[in-house]
Amino acid sequence: MTTVTTQAGPGRAPDPERTAAVRALLRGADARRRRTDKTMTALMWGAFVLAMVPLASVAWTVVANGMHQFDGYFLTHSMRGVFGGMDAGGIYHAIIGTLLITLGAAAISVPIGLLTAIYLVEYGRGALARWVTFFVDVMTGIPSIVAGLFAYALFAVFFGPGVRMGVVGSVALSVLMIPVVVRSCEEMLRLVPNELREAAYALGVPKWLTVIKVVLRTSVAGITTGVMLSVARVIGETAPLLITVGVVDSINFNLFEGRMMTLPVYVYRQYSQGLVPCNDALDAVCIPSINYDRAWAAALALILIVMLLNLVGRLVTRWFAPKTLR
Amino acid sequence: MTSTASTAPDPTPPGGPVADEPRPSRGTGARRRAGVGDRGANRAFRWTATGAGALILAVLAAVALFLVIRAWPALTAGGAELGETISWFPEDASILSFVGPLIFGTLLAAALALLLATPVAIGIALFISHYAPRRLASGLGYVVDLLAAIPSVVYGLWGSLVLPPVVIPVWGWLADTFGWFPLFAGPASPTGRVLLTVGLVLAVMILPIITAVSREVFLQTPGLHEEAALALGATRWEMIRTAVLPFGRSGVISAAMLGLGRALGETMAVLMILSPGLLYSFKILQAGQQQTIAANIAANFPEANPMGVSTLIATGLALFVITLLVNMAARAIVARRKDFSGAN
Amino acid sequence: MAQRIDVKDLDIYYSDFLAVQGVSMLIEPKSVTAFIGPSGCGKSTFLRTLNRMHEVIPGARVDGTVEMEGVDLYGADVDPVAVRRQVGMVFQRPNPFPTMSIRENVLAGVKLNNKRISKSAADELVESSLHGANLWNEVKDRLDRPGSGLSGGQQQRLCIARAIAVKPQVLLMDEPCSALDPISTLAIEDLVAELKDEYTIVIVTHNMQQAARVSDRTAFFNIAGTGKPGRLVEMDDTATMFSSPSQQATEDYISGRFG
Repeated sequence: MTTVTTQAGPGRAPDPERTAAVRALLRGADARRRRTDKTMTALMWGAFVLAMVPLASVAWTVVANGMHQFDGYFLTHSMRGVFGGMDAGGIYHAIIGTLLITLGAAAISVPIGLLTAIYLVEYGRGALARWVTFFVDVMTGIPSIVAGLFAYALFAVFFGPGVRMGVVGSVALSVLMIPVVVRSCEEMLRLVPNELREAAYALGVPKWLTVIKVVLRTSVAGITTGVMLSVARVIGETAPLLITVGVVDSINFNLFEGRMMTLPVYVYRQYSQGLVPCNDALDAVCIPSINYDRAWAAALALILIVMLLNLVGRLVTRWFAPKTLR
Repeated sequence: MTSTASTAPDPTPPGGPVADEPRPSRGTGARRRAGVGDRGANRAFRWTATGAGALILAVLAAVALFLVIRAWPALTAGGAELGETISWFPEDASILSFVGPLIFGTLLAAALALLLATPVAIGIALFISHYAPRRLASGLGYVVDLLAAIPSVVYGLWGSLVLPPVVIPVWGWLADTFGWFPLFAGPASPTGRVLLTVGLVLAVMILPIITAVSREVFLQTPGLHEEAALALGATRWEMIRTAVLPFGRSGVISAAMLGLGRALGETMAVLMILSPGLLYSFKILQAGQQQTIAANIAANFPEANPMGVSTLIATGLALFVITLLVNMAARAIVARRKDFSGAN
Repeated sequence: MAQRIDVKDLDIYYSDFLAVQGVSMLIEPKSVTAFIGPSGCGKSTFLRTLNRMHEVIPGARVDGTVEMEGVDLYGADVDPVAVRRQVGMVFQRPNPFPTMSIRENVLAGVKLNNKRISKSAADELVESSLHGANLWNEVKDRLDRPGSGLSGGQQQRLCIARAIAVKPQVLLMDEPCSALDPISTLAIEDLVAELKDEYTIVIVTHNMQQAARVSDRTAFFNIAGTGKPGRLVEMDDTATMFSSPSQQATEDYISGRFG
């Protein structure tokens, strides 16, 4: 223990008058300022709580209203031959359509998005790179319905007006998806330390192999996450699919022919059919609200898919990220 | 990313084929990437990547081009012709007088959403960046982002089946109390399918993006400035007012504009909630007054004949231009801010 | 205006980590007290507990008392905001508010307390504070220009002007010259010598010549090793400290044998 030779300790007794004066000074800011501070703190908490109200309400109503239709039958049957207030029908065809169309969109967007990200990170310099960066940002703001109109207009040029098929929806979704893929991949590629690239060059590995074997390999987890999150982002899109893919009641596995049903459009379709006028004398089983029930159940399925994609996407990074990227 | 170096490929050095790999003697890393020994697979790969980048620009140009091509018949047809061929086209209207109220409705709905969302979003962003316990902050940010993960059609469902019973009495009270104010002119619609309900749902939908961008900006406030304010005897709120808000102002503006861009283009919530009308009307508590471009397209497109489709695409073109301008302005502000903070 | 600070047996923790242990000292009014010691010895940490600025870091807390004229700054009825108003602080790097003009920077603290200060009173305060910080002659013609346009040394004096504009009892300076060139450093040192007529000044410095030049009393902090808490080794009149310190560690440090 070092001995502390200071004059601290009792010292000279403080003058009681000064003590009182200092105590008054330190008692606090004036009441109005403290009140403002407290009010603002309460407002900040309030804002957060306020935002949680719709989140909780949406989650609760979707689960509560969707639960009683949501079962194995609902997931494995289409709407073929279902009419009126029948207690039947499901979302099988819509799930198929959503999966196929989204896969198609991913098949278009991921190569383009990833290559663009590689261009921006590894090669991009000068005016072109600046323009690409700027317009990728601008592209994130394209309204989904405009993307739908674009895809329709594009295909109408080749197939004539009134064209409705799955791949048009894929193209529409990929317009929305590409900028998201570019952004997230770019971020991930930039995280790869330059030393790794230089180490590969020093070993005599050509640049393109370095990019593929070192840069992409290092960031594969992050890229996977980015792709999954971008899929989650577009899988709930309704408007572009409504105008490009249309509505149908039966199963269609072919992206290149005929209308397809998708989950979000299914929700809208069921909702817009509204309440069923039931006549007890004619029909034994008639549920007036069956359309709304199906809409809620399909919404539940859609939200579950989106949440699953989000969750798995985030877990992928956590599990597979190289130590350096953490 | 520096943008000073030229993109022109270096001339191939004389003296036979060069190795594929960049030679370390070429100096800095940035320099080495500029395509030295750019041959074979290397060149193909570089061109593929560059092509993908250029494709993005091409896609954006194609969006505009194809919209114009398909909209052309409607743009050149007279109002009388449109009125004859399209069932839902109002009589005695031209394409301009048709799209006018739609643009008005779109802007009004988005403005309402922005007005409702921005203060709350700033509050949440400050809450996460400066009030919440630091350990919780990123988790809370994720919870707010969940709002963005909910598909718009689910918001539509919620906004049309769950929300109206809750808001109808409130809207009624608003109309009774503030009816003298043009926006709240009564009588409030008994269905709740009015623009204010739409604005409310849109506000919830754009809350996450405004919050996320503002939060990032607030977190970037230099600790030095926050400490300077605190050391002068500022309370937490006064510190935020002195150091955080002035620093983040342009960031918040661009965040709000990004939110505005989202609200302008949102379709399903409007389509499912609003009872539409084609008026230049500020009455946001009455049904059948306004309609937005996006919702109008989605409502009429499936049943439209070729001229109808062309008309709808023309309105879509207007929406495209509006959102493009808003987004470009927002991004330009963000970019200028980056330069500004980089220079200091 | 200047007040005396009496620290008794102060321990400073970051969460469970004991950063500074068992400091007791008396800081005299209208004098300059310098804290010296090697990096990481806790002198800046200790300085920040004198106006409760350490509380900005989550999990930071103290045991013991810091009394100003007999009032414990950590007492239940004491408001940390009021403490910081009475104990001003100048930081290592100059930090004028970038969005404010020079004039607004000087008035920043005052505006918090007294919103309705008249224009003439504000002008007077700006002038006297800038005079007090030896900056008036250099900036009087450009009071409405941004404070970030000044040189580093001028910015630091602007920060001092901002701190004294709220008329604190005590002024804490955390290595105020470490980011400045020698000429600006001299200007700040001259200023410190003038300010001590009115304020209690505590200055942390890495520069022992500076401590010897400006301070009346010097406290030497040291740390036994990594992960160990910092301690106050000894404190005495500056002249005594630099000529015949009672501790071997102090002598080693002052004569440049370590640190």
